[in-house]
Amino acid sequence: MIIKGRVYKFGDNINTDDIIAAKYLDSQDPDYLGKHCMENINSEFPKIVKKGDIIVAGKNFGCGSSREHAPLAIKGCRISVVIAKSFARIFYRNAINIGLPILVLEEADRIKSGDFLKVDLSQGKIFNLSKNEEYSCSPFSSFMEEIIKAGGLINWIKKGRKNEEI
Amino acid sequence: MGRTLIEKILLSHTEKKRLENFVYAKVDFCFGNDITAPLAVKIFKEAKFNSVFNPKKIAFVCDHFLPAKDIKSASNARMLKEFAKRFKVNFYDINKGGIEHVFLVEQGFIKPGNLIIGADSHTCTLGALGCAAFGVGSTDLAACMYEGRIWLKVPGTIKFIYKGKRNRWVKAKDLVLYTIGKIGVDGALYKVMEFHDKMVNKLSVEERFTICNMAVEAGAKTGIFEPDKKTLKYLEKFKKIKVNIEKLKSEKNAQYKDIVEIDVSKLTPQVALPFSPGNVKPVESLRNIKVNQVFIGSCTNGRLSDLREAAYILKGKRIKKGIRAILIPATPLVYREALERGIIKIFLDAGFVICPPNCGPCLGGHFGVLDKDEVALATTNRNFIGRMGHPESKVYLSSPLVAAASAIKGRIAHPREVL
Repeated sequence: MIIKGRVYKFGDNINTDDIIAAKYLDSQDPDYLGKHCMENINSEFPKIVKKGDIIVAGKNFGCGSSREHAPLAIKGCRISVVIAKSFARIFYRNAINIGLPILVLEEADRIKSGDFLKVDLSQGKIFNLSKNEEYSCSPFSSFMEEIIKAGGLINWIKKGRKNEEI
Repeated sequence: MGRTLIEKILLSHTEKKRLENFVYAKVDFCFGNDITAPLAVKIFKEAKFNSVFNPKKIAFVCDHFLPAKDIKSASNARMLKEFAKRFKVNFYDINKGGIEHVFLVEQGFIKPGNLIIGADSHTCTLGALGCAAFGVGSTDLAACMYEGRIWLKVPGTIKFIYKGKRNRWVKAKDLVLYTIGKIGVDGALYKVMEFHDKMVNKLSVEERFTICNMAVEAGAKTGIFEPDKKTLKYLEKFKKIKVNIEKLKSEKNAQYKDIVEIDVSKLTPQVALPFSPGNVKPVESLRNIKVNQVFIGSCTNGRLSDLREAAYILKGKRIKKGIRAILIPATPLVYREALERGIIKIFLDAGFVICPPNCGPCLGGHFGVLDKDEVALATTNRNFIGRMGHPESKVYLSSPLVAAASAIKGRIAHPREVL
């Protein structure tokens, strides 16, 4: 799958309270959550973000609470993929489980806000069209690949899991 | 190659003979709260799952927005109650409940050697009892309630050894804040923090909870202590249990990613400054920080021993005029025991307000939300931007001893300043 979009750049240790504040956690509606995504650290973000845009961040993205409302809020504002140097573990598994595309990229620092990217999700390749650069992401394990291909954990269970690795 | 305690527990929960990169492990107990479980229930229903793997091994504990703070919270709690009734799973709200990571231990659900899944990041708290306890999200909980299994990456382990003799004012919270400050908020990313207490003055079991509770703040998959006689004695206070803990130890030749030794002899009480639990300094350097609110409670420091320590400082004194001080005992049992021991009276006499058992203002939901430019000192675990309310408010984190002293002074204070 090929994704094209404009970059919003965030720093290191973006936590789940940044992504969606606790006062909104009484909702499970992605559209509602999306309207408040990142507002504690950038109140303009939910207003200006457009369908297909891409979040690029530093290390430990999504640290803090287990709230799945965080990846849901990102999905709700129609972000197409999150690219980071590393992810906090619960955010990482929540994103895999709900089918929000994420990629781990060591060279995330090379990408700046406003850059236009073409992302080949299945190959884990990123083309920075603004800078004419190409980056390779860390590949997923075959087990995670299987969950991603099934469209998330629930579908993977319903389709009858078959991975040899586990 | 020997196995770590976590590896042993994971292996004993699969049909495999040896561990590889991932496991689809059997779960002994799983739970969620009034924020994560409603989403899990929604996912469960949308998936058209129509059974749970074992209703006795599932619990919903309402603790975040409880008693219901608004109509939405009330309807979320009702959604959980209806689901619990239909599938006969355990459900707890205001009449019998409290903070999940404290309450579920009191109810006897958590035993050494168990594999526990909780839809709350502070599930790692329970590693203090020598179980493998992992925080997950709502989809994981929904799948786990249905199948009784969870996918897990087999983690590497970092061994932490605390040694030396603690200063009398240095408690578990200071040790864990110091540790996070030392290794950073992603210092244990994806890994298990295995804690060893080689100090002269040992940690209590309740202190072990405080340390494991904040493992997630260093990015860890969980924290764990090897269970011992002290663990069993603590658990027997609540319920008779039968567990053989002899094998629940890491083997001598177990492989660690790193071994970190921390000499506590020179440590003084620690405080985490805004806006990161890793931004840690000794309390002595922060004496000019004025506070508007002090909060003692949470899954980190809302247990009886935490209240007792704070009361030791507060006895016969008053909080600084003009500040707000809030105490939230973690569970009704903690509340009752504190009441019977005269601890609650000390807090009341000092000028604290006492709220019913719940997570309180920790996550900025309820019972003490901060306004713009306000500063709080709290015994909680996170001080991110806007964590306790307004995005322009600030939260400092400390032990109950420092929190009590600071309530008296109206600014961040070392406990010995008020005695």
